Amino acid sequence: MPLVPIPKPTFVQKLKRFFMIDLLKGLGLTLKYNLGALVDKDAVAGKGIYTEQYPKVRPDVAPRFHGAPRLNMDPETHDTLCIACNLCAIACPEDCIDVIPMDVEIIVAGKPRKKKVIDEFIFDTSRCMFCALCQEACPTSCLELTQDFELATYSRAGFVWNREMLEQGRETVKYTS
Amino acid sequence: MHQVEIATTQETLLDSPEMVLNMGPQHPSTHGVLRVVLKLDGETVIDLDCDIGYLHRGMEKIAENRMYTMIAPYWDRLDYIAAVSNGLVWVETVEQMMGLPVPPRAHYLRTILTELNRIASHLLWLATHALDIGAVTVLLWALREREEILKIFERQFGARLTCHAWRVGGMPNDAYDDFNKDVRQFVNNFPKRLEEYETVLSENRIWLSRTVGIGVISGEDAIAIGLSGPALRGSGVAWDVRKSRPYAAYADMDFDIPLGENGDTYDRYLVRLEEMRQSRRIIDQALEKLPDGPVNAKLPKIVKPPAGDYYHSIEGPKGEIGCYLVSDGTAQPWRVRVRPPSFINLQALKQMCVGHLVADVVAIIGTLDIVLGEIDR
Ligand code: SF4
Ligand code: SF4
Repeated sequence: MPLVPIPKPTFVQKLKRFFMIDLLKGLGLTLKYNLGALVDKDAVAGKGIYTEQYPKVRPDVAPRFHGAPRLNMDPETHDTLCIACNLCAIACPEDCIDVIPMDVEIIVAGKPRKKKVIDEFIFDTSRCMFCALCQEACPTSCLELTQDFELATYSRAGFVWNREMLEQGRETVKYTS
Repeated sequence: MHQVEIATTQETLLDSPEMVLNMGPQHPSTHGVLRVVLKLDGETVIDLDCDIGYLHRGMEKIAENRMYTMIAPYWDRLDYIAAVSNGLVWVETVEQMMGLPVPPRAHYLRTILTELNRIASHLLWLATHALDIGAVTVLLWALREREEILKIFERQFGARLTCHAWRVGGMPNDAYDDFNKDVRQFVNNFPKRLEEYETVLSENRIWLSRTVGIGVISGEDAIAIGLSGPALRGSGVAWDVRKSRPYAAYADMDFDIPLGENGDTYDRYLVRLEEMRQSRRIIDQALEKLPDGPVNAKLPKIVKPPAGDYYHSIEGPKGEIGCYLVSDGTAQPWRVRVRPPSFINLQALKQMCVGHLVADVVAIIGTLDIVLGEIDR
C-alpha cells in the first residue's frame, strides 16, 4: 500500500484548527439553512417543508411525460383513431402490444370491400419500460403515453390493459387526509 | 456459495486467526448488490474478493435480438444514474458506423444534456459518498440540486431517470420552450451551491482524516488496471475522451481537465468537484453557441449499419463508456460488447483497500463511484 505523505499543517492552519474554524464554518451554514427555512418562499406555507406533499397534492408532471398509455379517439365522432396498422407492436422492443384486427365489409363506390379495423388492443404495462417508441411509431397519433403515473394494481392481471381501459383511462383515486 | 480464494498468509497481530467477513450484498454502502468478502486481521483488511453478478440481466444478449433503434432504452439501464451518457454511446456508435451526418443542433443539445447528466451523477456520488463517511447534510443539499436537473430531464425527455434520451440520427424532440431559461438558471445558481459543499467538507477535519491518504493508487498502477474517469485523473493521469477523441460538440468547447496529485480519496473528491465546475462551463458555452436548425438526420427506413465492426467510446461520469459493435449487415447487431467503466474501476478495490481498516473500505467503494447495473449488465 503506497502511503501519501500528509502535509504538515502550517501555523495559521494549526491556529484555525485550534479554534475549530473548519467545523464552525460548516455549522454556521447549516444553522443558516435551518433558520432560513422558516422564512423561505420556496417552502410550503413557510413551514420549512420542501418535500412534495404527495398524495395530498399531486405533482404536476411535464407535458412530455411517458406515463399510462391511452388510445386516442377522434374528438368529434368519438371513433377510434387506430387503423390497426400494427406499427406500434413492431416498434416495441418488449413485445407488450397486441393489436387484434378484424375485417368489416364496407361499400366503396358501390362495390363491397373488406376493411381492416381494430377489434381488441392489449397493452401489458407490467413489461413496458415507457420508452415511447410505440408512441413515435403510431402514424395517426392514436397511441399516446399520458401524464397519468399511478399504475399500481393488486394483481398481475391488472397490469394488462384492454381496449376499453386504454380508451377510457382508469379512474383516478382521490386521496383524502 | 462463492468460494473465496485467499492465498496470502500473513503474520497476524496477537497470533489470532484471521477472520473472514462478508460485506453485502445487502450492505447499504456497497451501492447496490455487491458482495465483498474481507479477510481481516483485527480491523485491518489483509485481503478481499468481490462477488458480482447479482444484477445480471443479459443486456448484451438482449441487444443481439433487437433492432438497432430499439436498443437505446436498454442502455439506459446499464448505469442508471447516467442514463443520458449511456444512451449516447449507443446511438453514436450506430451513427458513426453508418456514417450518418447528425445536425449540429443535435450535437450541441447532446453536449449540454450529457454534461447536465455528469453533474447529476457526480452530485449523487457526492451525496452517497458523504453519507457513507458520515456527513448527512450534504446528501440533502446535493439531492436538491440533482432534482433541478431531473426536472429539466423530465420536461425534455419525458422521464427522470431512464430517459431514453436519444434516437439514432438525432433526438426525439427539439428542446422544450423554456429549456434555455431552465438550464441558464441552473448554471447561474450552481457555483454558489458548490461553494456550500466545499464549506462543509473540504476543510472539515473529520472529512480530511477519513479521506486523505486512504485508497491510494499510483498513476502507473491505475493505467495498468485500466482505470478511467475521475478515478484515473485523481492519480494525476491526464486522459479524457472528451479531449483525446472529441465526440458530439466537445471539439468546440473550451474546458480543462482537473488532475489530482496523490491518487487518494481526497484527491478524487477534489477532481470530481472541479469536474462539476468544468461541466458547468461547458454547458454555459454550449448554450451561448447553440445553433438553430433541425435535430434529426434523415434516416433510412430500416437502420442497417454495413457489415463490419466498430468501437466508439465516450467519457461518461464514471469513466470511459465504450461500445463494440459487430454487424453482419442485417437489421440486428451480431454482437455487442459494452466497456463499462465501473466494472474496470472496481478491479482496483483490492489494491486500494489492503492495509486499511474496515471502515475505510466503505469510503473506498464510495470513491470508486461504482454502479452495479453496469458491472453486472
Ligand atoms: S413504451 Fe416502449 S416498451 Fe412500452 S409499449 Fe411502448 S414501445 Fe413498448
Ligand atoms: S400504430 Fe397507432 S394506428 Fe397503428 S395499430 Fe398502433 S395504435 Fe393503432
